[in-house]
Amino acid sequence: MRQIIDIEGNVISPDLLPKVAKKELVKWLDIMIAVRVLDEKGMRLQRQGRIGFHIPTTGQEAHVGAAAAIKDKDWIFPAYREHGLAIYRGIALADIVNHLFANDLDPQKGRRLPGLFGDSRIRFINPSAPIGTQIVQAAGAGYAARYKKDGSVSIVFFGDGATSSNDFHSGMNFGAVTKAATVFICQNNQWAISVPLSKQTATKQLVDKATGYGMPGIQIDGNDIFAMFTAVREAAQRARKGNGPTFIESVTYRLGPHTSSDDPSKYRSENDVELWRQKEPIGRFSKYLINEGIIDKDEPQRIHSKYDQIFNELISEADNRSTPPLETMFEDVFETMPWYLEEQLEEALRFTKE
Amino acid sequence: MAELTIIEAVRLALDQEMARDESVVLLGEDIGPDGGVFRATQGLYEKYGGKRVLDTPLNESGIIGFAVGMALYGLRPVAEIQFADFIWPAMDQIVSEVAKFRYRSGGMFTVPMVIRTPYGGGVKGAIYHSQSPEAYFAHTPGLKIVIPSSPYDTKGLLAASIRDPDPVLFFEPKRIYRAFREEVPEEDYTIPLGQASVVRSGNDVTILAYGAMLHVAMDAAERAMEQHKIDCEVIDLRTLVPLDIETIEASVKKTGRVISVTESPKTAGFGAELSALVAERWIEYIESPIIRVTGYDTPFPFVLEHDYMPSAEKVLDGIIRSFNF
Repeated sequence: MRQIIDIEGNVISPDLLPKVAKKELVKWLDIMIAVRVLDEKGMRLQRQGRIGFHIPTTGQEAHVGAAAAIKDKDWIFPAYREHGLAIYRGIALADIVNHLFANDLDPQKGRRLPGLFGDSRIRFINPSAPIGTQIVQAAGAGYAARYKKDGSVSIVFFGDGATSSNDFHSGMNFGAVTKAATVFICQNNQWAISVPLSKQTATKQLVDKATGYGMPGIQIDGNDIFAMFTAVREAAQRARKGNGPTFIESVTYRLGPHTSSDDPSKYRSENDVELWRQKEPIGRFSKYLINEGIIDKDEPQRIHSKYDQIFNELISEADNRSTPPLETMFEDVFETMPWYLEEQLEEALRFTKE
Repeated sequence: MAELTIIEAVRLALDQEMARDESVVLLGEDIGPDGGVFRATQGLYEKYGGKRVLDTPLNESGIIGFAVGMALYGLRPVAEIQFADFIWPAMDQIVSEVAKFRYRSGGMFTVPMVIRTPYGGGVKGAIYHSQSPEAYFAHTPGLKIVIPSSPYDTKGLLAASIRDPDPVLFFEPKRIYRAFREEVPEEDYTIPLGQASVVRSGNDVTILAYGAMLHVAMDAAERAMEQHKIDCEVIDLRTLVPLDIETIEASVKKTGRVISVTESPKTAGFGAELSALVAERWIEYIESPIIRVTGYDTPFPFVLEHDYMPSAEKVLDGIIRSFNF
């Protein structure tokens, strides 16, 4: 398993440590903490009954390294715990918060559960909820990139549970056969809601699955942002050169519940969670930056406070807005509204006026 | 102008759309050097190469999911599902992804694509090479559904489907792939989706049909005139979604008697939707029960398929019952 810094932030694989500008490293930390604060806010809003649902991300923030490893023109197919890639690419934080509240400014027009958002401007695909469907789609996009010869790649995220899905098989197989410019990244966070990895697969480790599809695989410490960054960069370069896809098994852990509707105490022990809490990505990367003298020891808290304030302001603005107008329910089924949807819209409007 | 069959019209439309637009890419099983099991893509691999006529692994879900990624990227994939009976593995990609991408993303991401698939019975294909699954897809918002019945329409409708901004399921009536020829212009033309065609004008009974059943309906209409002096109006729906409600309305108000002919099972088939629409909207014009002539509510049979399917005799019986009510 590739690990470049240990849980104390010490460099244990100096030959693999990438050369990255200090400013960029601080940006990584900044985005990781933004994701953490967004998670804290989302869970609290859900518990307060102000939003209906929340999908936690805490413990998996090293995915930010993948955004840093690719180019802006590359396509990202997220699962649903990869908000950091969108934030790294500059999605408007207000768009995310308006989406959480499903208000009239939500770019998704209030149609999705909180946490399921995308943005075409940053090539961050709007995720599904059926598990694994994006895997084969990313392979198709990776094929299209090669067809268009524009030097782009696609990267796709999915969980350990998704490796059992039809579309994992389809995506890995189609991607390998067509030499699609795609990077497959499994965020193995050990749990598919309540089902542990041992019940998901009989293989010793998920990375072994790459062999069966005829593509290289690499297992990385998914809580080490340097391991994520270097593995994705190498895989993306390989894909860009036309040498086909790579499978990355990123070993991480979901520290929170599956969603706000889940109670993990029913299926896993707090001791295990505590062990993994020691390995979480933000703390160890902060220690590395402090050890290297790149930031002072108070910087993580300052960044946290900054985002706390930013999100608080966005939340109070978003919370006071109205729901999207009724017309939006009938839009975007097709490019233009057919006669029967016009009729149904009229009917729906009649009932709101009464 | 050449006289073409339906399968030749499919091939000509694909060829011309590929020549016209580099983003049009075909994918499916055996569509490359083999030219497809029905020869729809014959010669296209040689002309456009394996990157644009992509032989895929044997996985329908993979074909459609892969096409979604291509469409998101800006290509115009035309996916072939070898038989409509094999479309089920792709159901999740079609229903959850293809149909919903525009909606779920607030219009930010779209997946214009065509899914071509041969459908229907009467070809000695038995239980898994004969089905007509259009009603399953008509029930899913976000999919357009097109079914041609003639070579001329095939070319114009397929070209329009490939250029359409929304995903289109294009069901091809394989029973009549090579049944007859008609003149199909080389010149570029499209037939707008959502427009039915009045194939035979008449004043007594309206018959709604599409695909291979259009010809069964026409046969019955001619017999009704010759043998019983009943003057039927036959409408080829051509597009099931969105349906051309105005053409149906004009005919129903004129005749007051309606029959639909579909070859899928009766219960919750597309004929049920047509009956409901007519009853809901124009009951005051209706003179007799709205009749569905359909396949039966059994899996598709083999040696008894001609007893299963709507025939001119069965449609004629419906016409007489409707007219004499």
